[in-house]
Amino acid sequence: MNKTFDFTIVDHIMNELGCKPSAIIAILQGIQEHYRYLPREVFPYLSKKIGISEARIYSTATFYENFSLKPKGKFVIKICDGTACHVRKSIPILERLRKDLGLSENKITTDDLGFTVETVSCLGACGLAPVITVNDKVYPAMTPEKTSELLRDLKEEL
Amino acid sequence: MDKKDFMTIDGVPVEIDGEKNLLEVIRKVGIKMPTFCYHSELSIYGACRMCMVENEWGGIDAACSTIPKAGMNIKTNTQRLRKYRKNILELLLANHCRDCTTCNNNGKCKLQDLAMRFDIKDVRFPNTASQPEIDDSSLCITRDANKCILCGDCVRMCNEIQNVGAIDFAHRGSKMTISTAFEIPIAESPCVGCGQCAAVCPTGAIVVKNDAQKVWEALDDMNTKVTVQIAPAVRVGLGKKLELDAEGNAIGLIVAALRRMGFDEIYDTSAGADLTVLEEGNEFIKRLDKNSNLPLFTSCCPAWVQYCEKNYPELLPNVSTCRSPMEMLASIVKDQSNSSSRRHVHVAIMPCTAKKYEAARDEFKVNGVPNVDYVITTQELIQMIREAGIIFTELEPEAVDMPFGTITGAGVIFGVTGGVTEAVLRRLSTDKSKASLMSIAYQGVRGMKGVKETTVMYGDKEVKIAVVSGLKNVSDLIERMKSGEHYDFIEVMACPGGCISGAGQPFAQKDIRENRGNGLYAADKLCNIKCSEENPIMMSLYNGILKGRVHDLLHVNYLPGKEHE
Repeated sequence: MNKTFDFTIVDHIMNELGCKPSAIIAILQGIQEHYRYLPREVFPYLSKKIGISEARIYSTATFYENFSLKPKGKFVIKICDGTACHVRKSIPILERLRKDLGLSENKITTDDLGFTVETVSCLGACGLAPVITVNDKVYPAMTPEKTSELLRDLKEEL
Repeated sequence: MDKKDFMTIDGVPVEIDGEKNLLEVIRKVGIKMPTFCYHSELSIYGACRMCMVENEWGGIDAACSTIPKAGMNIKTNTQRLRKYRKNILELLLANHCRDCTTCNNNGKCKLQDLAMRFDIKDVRFPNTASQPEIDDSSLCITRDANKCILCGDCVRMCNEIQNVGAIDFAHRGSKMTISTAFEIPIAESPCVGCGQCAAVCPTGAIVVKNDAQKVWEALDDMNTKVTVQIAPAVRVGLGKKLELDAEGNAIGLIVAALRRMGFDEIYDTSAGADLTVLEEGNEFIKRLDKNSNLPLFTSCCPAWVQYCEKNYPELLPNVSTCRSPMEMLASIVKDQSNSSSRRHVHVAIMPCTAKKYEAARDEFKVNGVPNVDYVITTQELIQMIREAGIIFTELEPEAVDMPFGTITGAGVIFGVTGGVTEAVLRRLSTDKSKASLMSIAYQGVRGMKGVKETTVMYGDKEVKIAVVSGLKNVSDLIERMKSGEHYDFIEVMACPGGCISGAGQPFAQKDIRENRGNGLYAADKLCNIKCSEENPIMMSLYNGILKGRVHDLLHVNYLPGKEHE
């Protein structure tokens, strides 16, 4: 176990939600919200505190698409590929994002941990299709060109 | 008289008598349903859908997870059900690595068996599975995910019965696998090598490591002396696999077979068990007198020792410093041949997979060479006997070699839960009359229950004893201990029912396991020496090879960096 890992945040989350097996999903969500992913160090710690095996926590964490075991970028870009966004050409936007950032279907985060690009099935904003979100801020009616522009702006904020 | 409830199965009326699911009722009318994920001692999972039955309205239920009710009318074998079952098998086989003839589980595989039963001649679907790597990091088991059908039996065994939690499902949908946390090799996980996952695995996805080939090589080498010891539980584990009628004591036949195979000297691990009884008895008396490090946990079971190391390191000072019977006997056998220039290989035949790990521990090596060179399980013994072409039932029983051929009843019952305790109680008992020794059997130490408790008097002291098998029961007991309950002596066996249910034995349901236990108690009755201290070899050992070396040869320190008392 990484001895330098600070468990204060994790302790705080567990105190809030209760140190019980039934709270595991909420606890993982809390941890992910803070770190933007699930650091490996928390698994043995949670296992000991909550009394469920590390393998079971891993099972829960890998079952849900939303949990990430790898660090995510400062900007998490979600591109909607639901039906409405798809027919209004979300794929060229996705391709542009990946091309500009040097990412692919398997490599979703840039090496400098600046950007993460994910697809989601529907953001519930079909009237604004095609939609992308950056750290939950919505950008409606996107095009590949607008996307490149947005990326340029974001890169300056890194 | 209570009103009886009836239901109808394939037109046959049958009484419902408290069965917890339809499967059990169906079994009563002489039908064996196909199942993968059902084990009577594990929780019900209902995933494989092989046990589906059709109800009178044409609906389909899984028999394993349906509670029998009065008036139910079901069919177990219709055109529709057969079609579904075949489809399921075909889909399972599609993603299965179908190298049956070279599979470790060939002939013991449920998938193979059911494919045969349902006459699967063709698999229409292509294999789309990725080809995961084989995990052979453990000394006890090998995991091959290519052969996994995701029935989850291993997961439930590891979690519910053993409370080890080394493996679980990971990922979802078509990517789902059985995995350790972060897919680390099983040897680095909390796994303790009990092998119960392999025992319940219906296919070859988890199998026990096979060391038979190495033993053959040693036997073939003319310049090597090969000695072997046979654990108590092995003699009652062969059963039907070698066409024996029952789970009786087959030690004589095993000895005869081993001699034919070319083993030079054949010993009985029960003699090692006698040493354990004496040493552990002394240790217990010392600790009782000093009232220190109580309760004393037994240390015969290597899976338990590893479980303690990994989960309760603070309890290690309470674990007996005695080596296991296998290691005690091995250190003496090896020490005796130290002066000889001839290479000496010592083999142990065990009901256990964790013994393979124990044998390789650094604590049990002398100059880097393990005292037990190879551990083979009962199943590997059966395979070797078959490989040699020996017709087991035509053998004449033979005797174990001296000096470790004289055994006691106390040593033999080590193979069943409660046996170690009973043997130690015989040692502590001041009244060695037959009646008194027999009465120990009725003090609550026998039987297949997972937790047995009893109190006996030692001098004027009340001694509280617990006998536990199944690691979940152990961790529950430890929790009770932590909340204040006191025990003086705790016998722990990792496998439910003790070594007779070890993962190295052919897999057995509860009734057969009970028969095996009874087989050992019957063997005890046949021994004219009941107590370990009365074994004449013990005297000569303590006056000979063990003089001044008891600590070196019979004890072990599991506490890293600390001197044991």
